Amino acid sequence: MTSLPSIPPAKRLGLVIDLDTCVGCHACAVSCKEWNTGGHVAPLPDTDPYGKDVDGVWLNRVHGFEAEADSSSNMAGRTVYFPRSCLHCEEAPCVTVCPTGASYKRGEDGIVLVDEDKCIGCKLCSWACPYGAREFDGDGGVMKKCTLCIDRIYNENLEPAERQPACVNACPARARHFGDFNDPDSDVSQLTAERGGVELLAEMGLKPTNRYLPPRSSATVGDGASLEDAADAGGFLGWIDRVLSR
Amino acid sequence: MQPAYSVIFLTTATGTGYGLLALLGILRATGDLPDDRAFGVFALGLALALISAGLLASTAHLGRPERAWRALSQWRSSWLSREGVLAIIGYGPAALFAYGWLLLQQNDGIWAMAGWGAALLSVATVYSTSMIYRSLAAIPRWHHPLVPWNYLILALATGALWLNAVLAPFVSGHALLQAICFAALAAAWLLKIAYWRAIDSAVGDSTIASATGLESFGAVRPLDPPHVQDNYLLKEMGFAVARKHAEKLRRLTHLLAFLAPLVLIVLQAATSGQVSLMVAALAAVSVSIGVVLERWLFFAEAQHKVMLYYGADRI
Ligand code: SF4
Ligand code: SF4
Ligand code: SF4
Repeated sequence: MTSLPSIPPAKRLGLVIDLDTCVGCHACAVSCKEWNTGGHVAPLPDTDPYGKDVDGVWLNRVHGFEAEADSSSNMAGRTVYFPRSCLHCEEAPCVTVCPTGASYKRGEDGIVLVDEDKCIGCKLCSWACPYGAREFDGDGGVMKKCTLCIDRIYNENLEPAERQPACVNACPARARHFGDFNDPDSDVSQLTAERGGVELLAEMGLKPTNRYLPPRSSATVGDGASLEDAADAGGFLGWIDRVLSR
Repeated sequence: MQPAYSVIFLTTATGTGYGLLALLGILRATGDLPDDRAFGVFALGLALALISAGLLASTAHLGRPERAWRALSQWRSSWLSREGVLAIIGYGPAALFAYGWLLLQQNDGIWAMAGWGAALLSVATVYSTSMIYRSLAAIPRWHHPLVPWNYLILALATGALWLNAVLAPFVSGHALLQAICFAALAAAWLLKIAYWRAIDSAVGDSTIASATGLESFGAVRPLDPPHVQDNYLLKEMGFAVARKHAEKLRRLTHLLAFLAPLVLIVLQAATSGQVSLMVAALAAVSVSIGVVLERWLFFAEAQHKVMLYYGADRI
């Protein structure tokens, strides 16, 4: 059925992405591509990979934005790197539009997946997703998307510490965290609560599972004391100031 | 959005075919169309050919056309699935209606019901097609209450004009049909004007800041792109038509889809014989070219919210 699960999933697995610490190195995107081109949704084909018209399927893309300072919120301007992948929405429109049942949301953990044996490649789900989380594979004629690395997180052949999405493991800045949002003690729940994790495009009401931690305020840079008038300060500094001001 | 020719053809051809079939079904049942077999073969043949060609074209843009049958399974949740199911069910009453008309020359009782049934399913199928677009909140210009009306009335108008063209050699001066053509064209024109006004003045509720969670900053601008060449998203959703081209195409649509056919329908009523036939045919050709332009613009002018990540400020 491409209806959404009728009862809320027991677990709500997803990612927290820290926009404060992400350095824009693309390690998550590259490791995602590497793992998944041999994983559950393999392959992730490239067309003309070494030619002039490089194109290919990626499940994770890293954008760079320039955010201006804002005095009312006391935020200094800065560069923000922004990884974008499926947010495993609770009200996923990509699931309900699918005519074949290929696009579905799992009842047990809320992960949104594509069953490639059923997909007819109508692309409607990619039109329905406002986050651009789905990319069409022209070679296989089917839709691809982030699987939350289901073939890692439940993989008993991996060491327990390795049972994390490839992108989370790869991040050198520890900007990505994986866990269950239904568990108030999980890392992801705690980080979201502490740092005010935000829902992207909240106005659309799709209730994305993944949360983004906004950059911390760094408005203290350049706020150091200035040396202007030290005549009243006394001591050596006061003496220098008095001498130089004569 | 990228205007895919198969989808433009699908929606305009099936729209015209279903409009034509619905009018045939109703006007036969009410006794307003002749028994004439030759006319029946032409008119019904045209309707079913347009519908079938459109449906076949729709499978052409699939990645895996051989699995198209799977699209019939999710009618409980998906408008695309509903469209497919209704299209197939629709062949039932249409075949019965054709049998009653072409072989038995009947238009009452069960044959009239078959006509009404074919009409009802035609309307339901066009409505489902329109709801595929209407239901996509990620594309605000499609997620608009006028969209289904737009599709339905244009299907009626194009179907009526083609019926008028096919009927002209058999019945000269069918006043009721000409009135339907005129009213449908006028209504479709007003709706289109209202729709264009609405989307031109609409202010999107999503911004680059709400898309990135950077609302506590001042202006947010894209800096480093995630990739250096267009990917699937940019090819499919990034298509944008320059404003001056869109304006030119809108003017052409006003002319070919609405103004010219309206004038020609009036002219047809005022003329007779060969001239009248030619004018009726010209009106049908004009409205069809106009509706293809209209549908091209419907795609080309639609903005997808994913473009917020690729440089759009507000959608
Ligand atoms: S991010 Fe897009 S693809 Fe993922 S669940 Fe939400 S709507 Fe679907
Ligand atoms: S492309 Fe595949 S998964 Fe997406 S809506 Fe179509 S059939 Fe479903
Ligand atoms: S969870 Fe896995 S599939 Fe999803 S973005 Fe990370 S690496 Fe890619």
